[in-house]
Amino acid sequence: MRIEFKTLLAGLLLVFAIQFSAQAQSFDSAAEGLLAKSYKDKIQAVEIIAATGDARSAPLLEALLAGDLFTRKSDKLLVIGNKASGGYDIVNALTGEALGSVKKREVRKIRINNKMRGLIKGLLGGLTLLNDDPNLRLKAADAVFKSRPAEMRTPIEQALATETDPTVTKALERTLAALKLTHAQSSEEQLAAVEMLEGMADPQVKSLLSAEGRKLQAIKDPTDAELQLALAVDAALAKIDEKLAFLNIIENIFQGVSLGSVLLLAAIGLAITFGVMGVINMAHGEMVMIGAYTTYMVQQLFLNFAPDMMNFSLLVAIPAAFLVSGACGIGIERSIIRFLYGRPLETLLATWGLSLILQQFVRTIFGPTNKEVSSPDWLSGTWEVTGGLALTYNRIGIILFAAAVLILLMLVLRKTAFGLQMRAVTQNRQMAASMGIRTGWVDAMTFGLGSGVAGMAGVALSQIDNVSPNLGQAYIIDSFMVVVFGGVGNLWGTLVGALSLGITNKFLEPYTGAVLAKILVLVVIILFIQKRPRGLFALKGRAVEN
Amino acid sequence: MLGLRKVAGLVAGAAMMATSALGLGAAQAADDVIKVGVLHSLSGTMAISETTLKDAVLMMVDDLNKNGGLLGKKVEAVVVDPASDWPLFAEKARELIEVEKVDVVFGCWTSVSRKSVLPVFEELNSMLFYPVQYEGEESSRNVFYTGAAPNQQAIPAVEYLMSEEGGNVKRWVLAGTDYVYPRTTNKILEAFLKSKGVADEDIMISYTPFGHSDWQTIVSDIKKFGSEGKKTAVVSTINGDANVPFYKELGNQGIEASDIPVVAFSVGEEELAGLDTGPLVGHLAAWNYFMSVEDENNDTFIKKWHAFIGDEDRVTNDPMEATYIGFKMWEQAVKQAGTTDIDAVRQAMYGQEVKNLTGGTAVMNSNHHLSKPVLIGEIQDDGQIETVWSTDGVVKGDAWSDFIPESAKLTADWTYPFVCGGCEKAMY
Repeated sequence: MRIEFKTLLAGLLLVFAIQFSAQAQSFDSAAEGLLAKSYKDKIQAVEIIAATGDARSAPLLEALLAGDLFTRKSDKLLVIGNKASGGYDIVNALTGEALGSVKKREVRKIRINNKMRGLIKGLLGGLTLLNDDPNLRLKAADAVFKSRPAEMRTPIEQALATETDPTVTKALERTLAALKLTHAQSSEEQLAAVEMLEGMADPQVKSLLSAEGRKLQAIKDPTDAELQLALAVDAALAKIDEKLAFLNIIENIFQGVSLGSVLLLAAIGLAITFGVMGVINMAHGEMVMIGAYTTYMVQQLFLNFAPDMMNFSLLVAIPAAFLVSGACGIGIERSIIRFLYGRPLETLLATWGLSLILQQFVRTIFGPTNKEVSSPDWLSGTWEVTGGLALTYNRIGIILFAAAVLILLMLVLRKTAFGLQMRAVTQNRQMAASMGIRTGWVDAMTFGLGSGVAGMAGVALSQIDNVSPNLGQAYIIDSFMVVVFGGVGNLWGTLVGALSLGITNKFLEPYTGAVLAKILVLVVIILFIQKRPRGLFALKGRAVEN
Repeated sequence: MLGLRKVAGLVAGAAMMATSALGLGAAQAADDVIKVGVLHSLSGTMAISETTLKDAVLMMVDDLNKNGGLLGKKVEAVVVDPASDWPLFAEKARELIEVEKVDVVFGCWTSVSRKSVLPVFEELNSMLFYPVQYEGEESSRNVFYTGAAPNQQAIPAVEYLMSEEGGNVKRWVLAGTDYVYPRTTNKILEAFLKSKGVADEDIMISYTPFGHSDWQTIVSDIKKFGSEGKKTAVVSTINGDANVPFYKELGNQGIEASDIPVVAFSVGEEELAGLDTGPLVGHLAAWNYFMSVEDENNDTFIKKWHAFIGDEDRVTNDPMEATYIGFKMWEQAVKQAGTTDIDAVRQAMYGQEVKNLTGGTAVMNSNHHLSKPVLIGEIQDDGQIETVWSTDGVVKGDAWSDFIPESAKLTADWTYPFVCGGCEKAMY
């Protein structure tokens, strides 16, 4: 008996040892497989690495996904590299032994393609499903949903059992339903999964169900269960479509308002210089551009002196852009425009020339290439209202910003002494002058205010458009369109004009395409101006006559 | 009558000016200088892309002079600025050829600018090297096309996406800027996709104006189009500045490359420089050159470029390589011909070989297009593009697409007996 027990123990140990070394060996050889040239072999290697369950597999795959995995050219050793000055600090990817630093060209990156990227994300998802950070858990659940490997079913079920966060729970349920549908154990389970997915209308679920529906239709002689499933899938798709169509309208309105708010921002400064003062200012777009470049400069300062505060750079850029563009505006008014009051054609030509000069000036200083203005974290990404409706934060931010600028401007015009003087000068210059208002000073300040507001628009536009010398040109026509359409000299008109143009454009675009939509909007405006030459909200009274 | 006399006077004046220019030219030709014209926009919308190419030509000229010039003469670059204004391109081209008497011109970016200078080069029998990928359907005796034709960029990219490795794409969005290059390329691609059995309902075509900045609708349309259960990809011929807001919107709406990959034909390292590429990792680009390619020639070229421009952060891109190849070929052809005479140099151009910066050798064919390798790369988070697929050998540039019935019949061959840029039968 004793001997038998001993042999048994020895045997067991031997099996363990063999298994252990086999695992280590397969991990090492699979890791070697990552050096292969073809992506097919690499994908196989990744799958084996994940299947070994070796503790080293997660960091290895993470490095691969991040593009930090290299091979040393001299001996084909797999290394993980961290960027250092002039090259990389490398460590052995399998043993973790530090190997010093190498030059850039001494190592070759292990390349991955989209297919591998999706696979690795899905596999790593299994490892972060139980992470403390709910955002990571959410990402993991979504990654598994996208790649749907059959072996992830148990981990998802386990994660679901312990999950407390409602958003993550929902994502996990969706993932589990998808897994149940694609790797079904019984037809009842599939039906239940379809029913579950039906309630979660979003494009990805729709995609999954359509693919499944197509597969079912392709079956030549379907069984009853398959037929039933096909019917259920069709019904679910119809329901999802209905819900998505409704969400689509909301999305369209949001996009219209968003485009409208961009137009409003671009035009609101012009509503003052052109609308209130009557100066045809072709260099208005360049004030916007200067605002955008000020944003870039402020970000560069932050980058050099306070990189941790980068997220707040936009908040500093807003007043900075107002001041810089405003000062430019005052300079232009004092040096050029004040000599041209009452001569619209000359003003138009002079400001147009000025706009070209400003563009080339910026091009000479900053170079012709685009400048990168980064978005702070709080303006990146999307807000998932429900599955099928996601609104991007930067657009929401711009809508709020446009509203704030409009309200502020209204207050300045109506509630301050400067606003009163400004209105007085524009309505009757002689009378205002004889009441002791320095009309020249008011003109300069008004033009400065309009230009400063344009500069603030530049801060917002730097978030959605290129910061290049041509930035302003793209908006000048649209700005004039909005001001003329809304009614010259009326901020409410500018608001209504911008929003109606934005929403009309966005509702036309899906049917006609972007090019035709723009043309149609222009035609509508031309017809409208024929009927009402003074725009939507025409000023009435004596001021109009001058 | 007065009007007529005025016109006559003007004509006479112009004639006088032309003769004086001729005289001036003759005097200059006696000088020991070979003149190279550079016709790239240095201001206006296209300055962003074209300024780099002007610098690339200047670098090559500089390099040539350091090595003793050409045919024992100094080479001089004559730079003009057509200011992104298409008719001005024609005027400036005429100025370069007639007044400055240049021996060759490197220039143009957009197809519309090339179409505008084409009659000038043909009328005055001069030589243009055009370094940008374009829509094909053209072969002029006076132009050498060193950028990619559609069969060297668009078709291989689509074939890659159709393959197992590229993700078995079944549904296609063809998105482009509304002008001649995207329209022609999409026409070719549509015909190609249909020949591969892709149904009408699986192709969505969308055009946007130049400089389009509000991509919300189109990106959400793409998202919807991609939710029909078939793998979807976007083939983008969106040009210039509009790319930045397009990619920003893609990133913001959370479309990842593993869901719906976007393959672009006009986005290179230079365009990515103004962009945070973090959210774009994995989207594709198809070119004949990437800065990231490891090759000795490429390393030298990048080093030279950084030294010339004085900025280690500047990137190199495909049109720069095309400019490099074109310039080298012209240099070799002039050496071989022993003169800068246009007709002699043109004859010497055929079969001219230059080492690619990405390995292998580029050859100039008698249809005035190059044989070059095709690379497909994925965008990385550092703004570089890493090759994920490449053709085994070189692909011969095809002036007339095989997928458009009326042009499939045409042949471009400027050597005997064909001597034609687009004929069904040989001329001789």
